[in-house]
Amino acid sequence: MPKDTGIGARSKRREDIRFLTGRGAYTDNLAMQGQVHAVMVRANVAHGRIVSIDTSAAQAMPGVLAIFTGADFADVGGNPAGWLIHSRDGSPMREPKRPVLAHGKVRHVGDAYAAVVAETYEQARDAAEAVAAGTEIEELPAIVGMAGAVANADNRVHDEIPDNLCFDWGWIEDNRDAVDAAMKAAPHVTTLELVNNRLVPNAMEPRASIGEFNPGTGDYKLTTTSQNPHLTKLLVCAFVLGIPEHKLTVVAPDVGGGFGSKIYHYGEEALVLAAAKKLGRPVRWTAERSESFLTDAHGRDHVTTIEVGATLDGEILAIRTNTLANVGAYLSNFSTVTPTFLHGTLMAGPYKVPHVYVNLKAVFTNTAPVDAYRGAGRPEATYSLERAIDKMARELKLDPVAVRRKNLLTPDQFPYTTPVGLVYDVGNYQATLDKALDMADLAGFEARAAKSRAEGKLRGVGLSTWIEACGIAPSHLVGQLGSRVGLYDAATVRVGATGTIQVMTGAHSHGQGHETVFAQVVADKLGIAEAAVEIVHGDTSKIPFGMGSYGSRSLAVCGSAMDRALDKIIAKGKKIAAHMLEAAEGDITFENGSFSVAGTDKAKSFGEIAFSAYVPHNYPLETLEPGLEETAFYDPNNWTYPAGAYLCEVEIDPDTGKVTICSFTCADDFGNVMNPMVVEGQVHGGVAQGIGQALVEHTAYDENGQLLTASYMDYAMPRADDLPFYQVDHSCVTPCSHNPLGVKGCGEAGAIGSPPAVVNAVIDALHRGGMTQVSHIDMPLTPARVWAAMQV
Amino acid sequence: MYNFEFAKAKTIADAVKALSSEDAQALGGGQTLLPTMKQRLAAPTTLVSLNTIPEMIGVCVNDRGEVCIGGATTHATVAREAAAHYPALAALASHIGDPAVRNRGTIGGSLANNDPSACYPAAALGSGAVIKTNARDIAADDYFLGMFTTALDEGEIITEVRFPVPQKANYQKFVQPASRFALVGVYVAKYAGGVRVAVTGAASDGVFRWAEAEAALSADFAATALDALAVPGNDMIADLHGSADYRAHLVKVMTKRAVAAAA
Ligand SMILES: Cc1cc2nc3c(=O)[nH]c(=O)nc-3n(C[C@H](O)[C@H](O)[C@H](O)COP(=O)(O)OP(=O)(O)OC[C@H]3O[C@@H](n4cnc5c(N)ncnc54)[C@H](O)[C@@H]3O)c2cc1C
Repeated sequence: MPKDTGIGARSKRREDIRFLTGRGAYTDNLAMQGQVHAVMVRANVAHGRIVSIDTSAAQAMPGVLAIFTGADFADVGGNPAGWLIHSRDGSPMREPKRPVLAHGKVRHVGDAYAAVVAETYEQARDAAEAVAAGTEIEELPAIVGMAGAVANADNRVHDEIPDNLCFDWGWIEDNRDAVDAAMKAAPHVTTLELVNNRLVPNAMEPRASIGEFNPGTGDYKLTTTSQNPHLTKLLVCAFVLGIPEHKLTVVAPDVGGGFGSKIYHYGEEALVLAAAKKLGRPVRWTAERSESFLTDAHGRDHVTTIEVGATLDGEILAIRTNTLANVGAYLSNFSTVTPTFLHGTLMAGPYKVPHVYVNLKAVFTNTAPVDAYRGAGRPEATYSLERAIDKMARELKLDPVAVRRKNLLTPDQFPYTTPVGLVYDVGNYQATLDKALDMADLAGFEARAAKSRAEGKLRGVGLSTWIEACGIAPSHLVGQLGSRVGLYDAATVRVGATGTIQVMTGAHSHGQGHETVFAQVVADKLGIAEAAVEIVHGDTSKIPFGMGSYGSRSLAVCGSAMDRALDKIIAKGKKIAAHMLEAAEGDITFENGSFSVAGTDKAKSFGEIAFSAYVPHNYPLETLEPGLEETAFYDPNNWTYPAGAYLCEVEIDPDTGKVTICSFTCADDFGNVMNPMVVEGQVHGGVAQGIGQALVEHTAYDENGQLLTASYMDYAMPRADDLPFYQVDHSCVTPCSHNPLGVKGCGEAGAIGSPPAVVNAVIDALHRGGMTQVSHIDMPLTPARVWAAMQV
Repeated sequence: MYNFEFAKAKTIADAVKALSSEDAQALGGGQTLLPTMKQRLAAPTTLVSLNTIPEMIGVCVNDRGEVCIGGATTHATVAREAAAHYPALAALASHIGDPAVRNRGTIGGSLANNDPSACYPAAALGSGAVIKTNARDIAADDYFLGMFTTALDEGEIITEVRFPVPQKANYQKFVQPASRFALVGVYVAKYAGGVRVAVTGAASDGVFRWAEAEAALSADFAATALDALAVPGNDMIADLHGSADYRAHLVKVMTKRAVAAAA
């Protein structure tokens, strides 16, 4: 019998009531008394030296209150990268200052070099145009392509950084020689060059920020579209503006999607705070969609050569990759960890591979910063690997399913230490593969392909057996790897006198459904109604601390902190119950919401204990404080390693090159599942983004660094009619061995596992149709690209 | 958006008068004009709204059997009300944009704008329609003068479009993946006097008639009649979404499909 409440129930998402009835409270919905409006003045060239900025005309325009330029922030700090990466030669990465407003040079189209604050939005916009008109920028040649950027020592995005190279990273450098030798000795080597296409994150809600300053108290408040308000607070206080940490509150209210792009601190947040201080009035800024395209941190953008050395019967002997990763014009907060430790560490995939080596060069260009986007590094690794293995199977005339089976780790091999530094704790990759093959009716494929052929279509099937590492990670370990923060999380469980509960979580929900799922966990553990539990997130003044939500970490890390806090609540409840029931603490058991004396019918409900904690008339006051509120910080012991098998079936119209996804099947192992419906939703959304990347999404700059795909007229998003009805299963469960709930992350899996399944399916269809000359097509597989590949 | 005056015309005469003031501009459904104004790429001092003029709204059939559509009639209305009289035209209207666009956007606005990827220009040219303005009647063959360029004079408004109804017709639209305008759209209409084939989306000069296909189909209205023909790539648009050769190829594919669907 499926449960109807608590862990494992398909509880309906309570937050959807407000989201779907227009009662969400997003940053831009919040009107502040006395508010004024900021508009950013942005570069319309990709690379240029700022010769002069004359603001006098703008200053005199109606309603204008203040104008800021880069000079106003020259003396404050910069927005740092969160990880310090070292190059192969041991040198630290090159880390240019990322100022609040560009100063001296502009480095990408959309780079803000000034800001205007005025009484109304229209006035600010008019004045911003006047500032732009009063600005002289000497245009410099744009650095756009990565290969050109590293080859060109004279033209630099940052004058102090030669070759536009941020770092040249080897992982693991000690593996290098052994990999080279193994590759040389391998009977077969498959080589594949591929592009992991740059993506614009396209959260439905654009970025927005409101800064407030109270001259009476010296307190600042930032309301902003953030996935992690505490991190933003830390960056603003400790690095950028130097505001004392206790004088700034950061609130991330309802946030309409982030997909990574709202993890980071952006200059506009510092600008509205500085402007609020100067003017003593709330200052607000909301991005237009065009600004989102130009300035939200983009995702992916790798150019990779992968080599797979194998025996003639498909056993993988070595893997070597060489990648150029675009970091854009500045280092966004996670831009250095994403292509390195979130990518290189995954290059062994779910396979038993003796030798793996990853080389990655991060390159500055005159384009928008690139950072983590749903999946963050793991999609890039998975795509390279799953495409290359498919190509290897084809070259060796082997069945791609059989090749994977041959190389997949088996359940008895865990815990397994990969050659790229991770320790996979548990897994059963055969189970998810079998499940996916069965659900997708692979046995019936030939019949379906024959039917397609009869209709003039080409049908193909593609597989991806993926693994990812999420719920990052032990703080001492990430510290050794270069992280400048810890990656624990925190939760406070506050039980009220009447037994209802608020949980303050460091994790932030911006569409994931935490308010529902976390409440299910609490209700289950305490044996109370879900409705009696409220999840509070997104306000640094209410929450002890937290690192926010990204990297599929919320439940695995913050949920574990919450679980620990609940343990403390129960432990204290037992003490209270022992006193009230006149029994020894060790004799008290807690089950189904009731504290009872073992072996008797003496019991107190959770509500009675809560009441007693706040009305302590019959209470062990000599040994126990009143009240029932506990906080726990949880630092994970390891990553969690969700894994699964994705099968995609496509049909190609050979006359037009159009690819139709006929079916998409996912068999995932996410460990224990708290709410199957929410997990399905996460997979659906992730796969939609993965199919979007594989088939339609494309970010293109021209040679002058102008963004060609700067609106929905040219940037294609996947739509309902591009997508099939997914078949999703998560019945194959190997619970995570090191967190209390046994959970693994599910938020990014779909976007990680799906792109290679789609591309493999298209290549398969072309081969079955006789076009065996087509070994690869770069994403997105638009009709034009597929058709062009077919003409060769 | 910059500030502007807003005039709601009640008659065609009102509108023409209001449009005679400097920098005044006609507003149909605003689906093209308003986004342009929001981006501050257009700055009319006065917008003259046409969709408040009853004589410019609606679908009817005149005594010559032509389908007459008021210049301020929305795509949604055409999709609904022309279906019985001219199904291919109604079907075309029903696939423009999304419901919000179809409920606001108008045939007059679409033809006045003459976007090289828009659908209606193919229908108008493919049907040999007459574009009626406040001043004159313009044959479709004389109306489309290249990308975003038409025979309309300053301040001239499209009040009605008259479509002779063919024996058979069909529009095939192959969408550009992002905008879902036509990457290539082909309108084929078979009249007693011959076949017309109009192509949108493909050429840098906007909508055009494919004369060789018209001749071949007038002789034999079958997809196979096109087998030996090819559209040269020279004048085709090449952009992110498709090369010139790809577009040229699609013109033939879509024409064949339109013939097959119409026949
Ligand atoms: C999301 C989206 C998707 C779309 N998809 C498609 C598509 O698939 N296919 C397609 O064909 N179109 C598409 N369009 C365009 C749509 O059809 C517009 O409605 C059309 O281009 C303009 O019509 P409008 O009535 O909105 O004109 P407006 O935007 O009001 O005006 C456009 C221009 O025409 C002038 N004008 C308006 N009415 C008249 C008139 N009666 N006489 C003279 N001049 C006039 C205006 O002054 C202006 O210069 C799409 C638009 C959007 C926003």
